[in-house]
Amino acid sequence: MDELMADLKEQIEVQLKLKNIKREDIGNDQPLFGEGLGLDSLDVLELIVLLKQQYKLRVSNPEDGLKVFRSVRTMAEFITANRVQNT
Amino acid sequence: MGVISGIGNNVAECLNALVEGKTGIDKIKYLKTNHRDLLPAAEVKLSNDGLSVISGLAPHTSRTAMLSMIAAQEAWDNSGVKNIPSLRTGFVSASTAGGIDKTEEFFTHFLIDNKKGKLRNIINHECGSITTMVADKLGIRNHISTISTACSSSANAIMYGARLIKHNLLDAVVAGGTDALTRFTLNGFNTLLVLDEQYCRPFDENRSGLNLGEGAGYVVLVSERVALLLEKSPYCAISGYFNANDAYHQTSTSVDGDGPYMAMAGALAMSGLQPMDINYINLHGTGTQNNDSSEGAAIQRLFHPNYPKMSSTKSFTGHTLGASAGVEAVFSALAIHHGIVYPNLRLQNPMAAFPFTPEIAFSKQPGLKHVLSNSVGFGGNCSSLIFSKL
Amino acid sequence: MMKAYIRSAITISPQKTFNSPAFLNDLVEYNSNRLTSIEPDYSEAIDPRLIRRMSRIIKMSVASALACLKDAGIASPDAIVTGTAYGCLEDTGIFLTNMVQEDEEPVTPVAFVQSTHNTIGAQVALLIKCSRYNNTFVSGGASFENALLDAMMLLSENNAANVLVGGMDEITDMSHIVLSRLCLYKRQLVSNLNLFNINSKGTINGEGAAFFLLKNIPSANDLACIDAVATLYKPNDVAEIQQYIHSFLVSQSISYSDIDLLIFGNNGDSKNDEIYTQLQQSVFNGTPSINYKHLCGEYPTSTAFATWLGANIIKNNNIPIALDYQETSKNKINKVLIYNHYQNIYHSLILLSSC
Repeated sequence: MDELMADLKEQIEVQLKLKNIKREDIGNDQPLFGEGLGLDSLDVLELIVLLKQQYKLRVSNPEDGLKVFRSVRTMAEFITANRVQNT
Repeated sequence: MGVISGIGNNVAECLNALVEGKTGIDKIKYLKTNHRDLLPAAEVKLSNDGLSVISGLAPHTSRTAMLSMIAAQEAWDNSGVKNIPSLRTGFVSASTAGGIDKTEEFFTHFLIDNKKGKLRNIINHECGSITTMVADKLGIRNHISTISTACSSSANAIMYGARLIKHNLLDAVVAGGTDALTRFTLNGFNTLLVLDEQYCRPFDENRSGLNLGEGAGYVVLVSERVALLLEKSPYCAISGYFNANDAYHQTSTSVDGDGPYMAMAGALAMSGLQPMDINYINLHGTGTQNNDSSEGAAIQRLFHPNYPKMSSTKSFTGHTLGASAGVEAVFSALAIHHGIVYPNLRLQNPMAAFPFTPEIAFSKQPGLKHVLSNSVGFGGNCSSLIFSKL
Repeated sequence: MMKAYIRSAITISPQKTFNSPAFLNDLVEYNSNRLTSIEPDYSEAIDPRLIRRMSRIIKMSVASALACLKDAGIASPDAIVTGTAYGCLEDTGIFLTNMVQEDEEPVTPVAFVQSTHNTIGAQVALLIKCSRYNNTFVSGGASFENALLDAMMLLSENNAANVLVGGMDEITDMSHIVLSRLCLYKRQLVSNLNLFNINSKGTINGEGAAFFLLKNIPSANDLACIDAVATLYKPNDVAEIQQYIHSFLVSQSISYSDIDLLIFGNNGDSKNDEIYTQLQQSVFNGTPSINYKHLCGEYPTSTAFATWLGANIIKNNNIPIALDYQETSKNKINKVLIYNHYQNIYHSLILLSSC
């Protein structure tokens, strides 16, 4: 789980071009949106693409995305849960 | 006026499909894309070779240009303006994709080796060069202009054309827009998760996105002085227009529909009409969650409790992007000319949030006087046009 | 149509024109056929959280637009109108490349969103919450001229007391390769400062963003006025251009001798520049002139840079020495006429005057 979260932080930093925020600044439970990292709805779309490209997981609507992408931990949980289902 | 879309290659064919309720949305047949079995679209039912025959342009020309050529030529011939010598004429065309269908071909080779790729496939990448290609064929040269404000592009082209006449810079303007279905736009909208894998259901509670379409639509605008010189009387007048920006988000419209509200209210104010004077609204109505709830909210704010008839003809043509307001201007003018209102196809459960219901059946409305046409685009660009019976 | 008063003018260009107190006193030399805009530190101009997604042209344009509004002391204008031939090429290139390479698998939605031509006008509107008129022209070499015409019509219509208008285009690595393959640029090494002394084929590629805040009434600090803008599409011959210039001057009730300075669009390509030479030897015989494309390069919206240059020349009543201007007896520059043609497709005239 920790390894997965570290990977995710790196991928988020790169995919979303976070210039002023480094991967080590992102907390596991820090909200990604709003007051947290300040991400917005366009970032949700980028994160959906990230999940599809890196983990072959599909989030089909942005509303579900908001739950999945609440924090790095919720993303990791979603990936772990759905990976298990697939095997 | 002139039009080509998924429901017909000219005004008569499109009108016929609108009256008979025949949608142009289908499985993708002509565009070479991996999504052809999954994502329906309203393609013009002709291959590039077929379009080349009608348009007189070479088959390797951008599809956007050929669509433009066909609809603009129909409009130009239909208007009779070219029979009057020494008029100052202009061509104002809108597009979002321009010649990108050819750029896609070019890139396939260029990315492997940047010395490769046919140059003739890249020279008309710019939207502006599509316009000049068509203007040259039409023989129009006093003012050539291209506008690109995403999905409201053609509405702004028609506004700009009307204003060039109003300022006495031109006597007649062919105004509207064109966009072909391309892999660029199809994949773009697909990454935004707004494409419906079913046929789109604008203003339905269970709507789940838009279908793309393609086409071109142009109206020929003339000054009052020129109108008197023409044999045929005009279809209608443009009595109001307004351009506003929602300034809310790059791709979504505000919850209360501030942008569409300001555009509609502004056009009404210019025309001197009251909301209750509007008989029919040709909705932007793309079928996405966001557009329809936002546009609906704006309509409720402006028209409650007296709602005009309304429908989204995108249920026929799909969303033709930069061409949509041009195509829908033609449909609006036809509605006035023939006294008819089009159905909003596939509407089963009207949106619960609103007290109004778009039309579900075609109807004759002999008293139809004023039609409002809405357009909303990326970047908050909102424009509304009002067409009135003379 | 009424004239427009230039309240402020800002450009980011291949010269030191942004945040620079001096007026072109220290020209930047490029020994290449590609000139690149000198970009400022954007963190002062734009909220850093918003910069991360912006491509170069968006940053250049948004920073110029915001600085222009600030200079004019206007929080939100009555209209925003932009002109760009190529639009956001970088984002278009990113999305196209990904789409082709990933074989249509979902990729980079942000690049798609920002590839639309109205992105700049929309971003400025979004940043300053401007809900008024917003339009974008993509008319090749007449994109800025159309934006300017739209702005001037708006000011005359009385729906707008002030309009923010801009012209911008960017070079990307890909666009430079493609345009070079079309043989537009000089093949031999040339200094931009020596552009007009070499008689050869090709020009130098340029880019930039320029914004203007125009008002329909004068104020104390106006730089200059824009009296008129006009375009001519694909003229048959030089005689038609001469006729067009003549009608333009008649419509403005002025004669050739009223023009104190011409700003010509010579770009160093011998064939392209023939038209300017012919005009200078005929209708403009004896009128002082300068060139500008050795400063910013050739691109479809370069007249936005020329307008910035002309407005500053009028405001300062001074032509920078570096522009290689032959002194004349005129001691006050009242009227400046910009004449440009882009690849002999669009020709344009922009008339500036002192207020």
